[in-house]
Amino acid sequence: MTLRDQIAAALAPIAPEADLSTVDPRQPLRAQLDLDSMDFLRLLAAIKQRVGVDVPEADYGKIGTLEALEAYLTARGGH
Amino acid sequence: MPSLGADMEAATLSEWCRKPGDAVKSGDIIAVVETDKGAIEVEVFATGTIATLLVEEGEKVPVGTLLAVIADGTEAPQPTPAPALDVTSPLGEVPAGRGGAPAAPAPEAPTPAPAEAQRASEPSPGQDVERIHASPAARYRARELDVDLATVHGSGRHGDIVRADVERADAARAEHAAPEPVAPERATARAPEPLATERAAAPAPERVAPTQPAARPPTPSIRRAIAAAMARSNREIPHYYLSLGIDLRHALAWLAERNASRPVEGRVLPAALLLHAVARSLPGFPELNGTWDDDAFHPSATVNLAVAVALRGGGLVNPCIADAASLGLDATMSALSDLVARTRSGRLRASEIGAGTITVTNLGDLGVDETFGIIYPPQVALVGFGRIAPQPVAVGDLIGVHPVVRMTLAADHRASDGHRGGLFLAAVDRFLQEIS
Repeated sequence: MTLRDQIAAALAPIAPEADLSTVDPRQPLRAQLDLDSMDFLRLLAAIKQRVGVDVPEADYGKIGTLEALEAYLTARGGH
Repeated sequence: MPSLGADMEAATLSEWCRKPGDAVKSGDIIAVVETDKGAIEVEVFATGTIATLLVEEGEKVPVGTLLAVIADGTEAPQPTPAPALDVTSPLGEVPAGRGGAPAAPAPEAPTPAPAEAQRASEPSPGQDVERIHASPAARYRARELDVDLATVHGSGRHGDIVRADVERADAARAEHAAPEPVAPERATARAPEPLATERAAAPAPERVAPTQPAARPPTPSIRRAIAAAMARSNREIPHYYLSLGIDLRHALAWLAERNASRPVEGRVLPAALLLHAVARSLPGFPELNGTWDDDAFHPSATVNLAVAVALRGGGLVNPCIADAASLGLDATMSALSDLVARTRSGRLRASEIGAGTITVTNLGDLGVDETFGIIYPPQVALVGFGRIAPQPVAVGDLIGVHPVVRMTLAADHRASDGHRGGLFLAAVDRFLQEIS
């Protein structure tokens, strides 16, 4: 499963109608998917379970877009 | 049939989770009921063996209708024309139908049996009518989309129908259907949402117009339920409104330091901290925490904090955190997270609905500075939080920029006065300034 697929799978129970393929990877992800802070936290928890990377609060600013999130996870060994 | 909302009059029993002969204990889920707010799990508060199920799956009955008889081994008292078996919340002073819902029977409702018959009776035969196995979420979706479950292929274990199966069936049907005028319920325009649909938590991200296709608009019945409750509230409750800006620099710095050493599963959101502050401050202000009924205020011994949770398709549900004042911060966060997850997946329990003694709304990602809401009857107060945003504040003789949230209180003037409301806001402020 690609990283993009893992993220999509993590997202599915939180935003069932979301479709990652229509998201602009360079624009703020939360706004495009209408995720509030609770949704976002749950997404990070699901990503951690699948991909094995825990994103500390201090790094939230580095994962604002889909592109940035994937780069961050890849750099830390997530796949 | 429990009352699950202030204006709920009837609901559909969608699924029995137990059958005659099963042993049950207090707290077990016995059935799933479909209401305007979605599928709700109903618990029993008796221990014994199920003797009879009196309502069929799919049957819609008024609030107060006897649903089942449980044999608990005691002798039957003399039959009296008493209220039906009470399967509502254990959270204390809440009789069935408290929300003021008139118990007028609908034409198709069965006559409720004389109640209080606790003794064992013959288990009724023929309960093994062929059932369509579908999850409550799937049933609800089927109702929303007007899909006949008998035509849906189930992809779950043992051929169970899940929600995605219903959606697939709907899509397939749409492809084959002749073009027809679109019924109002299917219109794709997003229904305007009342102010109170903002959702849990913290600083607003940069706002970019959502590019995702809008989730389906709320079913009209959800809107009707909200409209009825809000209209009643506005009509009957003399509201007063207060507002206070709270400097969160200290509280958020404290929270960030606490979260820094925790994995994602253990982190606490600012929204949970605000709820915790409210819950801990309320016991000093009993006139804000309780219900108004029969021209009198009934204070509650516990703080049952209802939280406004927006549904992704639109619409609003207010499940509550029971006894929130006794919970620590971490427990509050867990309760909030769990409630939000189960609200969105349609797995709330009856005891969590309609038993709130106060509501907190608009834990505001939405970008509004403050909200002045309408109290949910029969409660007497509504707390609102706007977004947390950097604001200029006075620091000694200089100006600093701190994260500030505007907290608002809408309160029932029959139960409390502005002076006390103001003191409550100040108490929450103090809690947040002093947290350590």
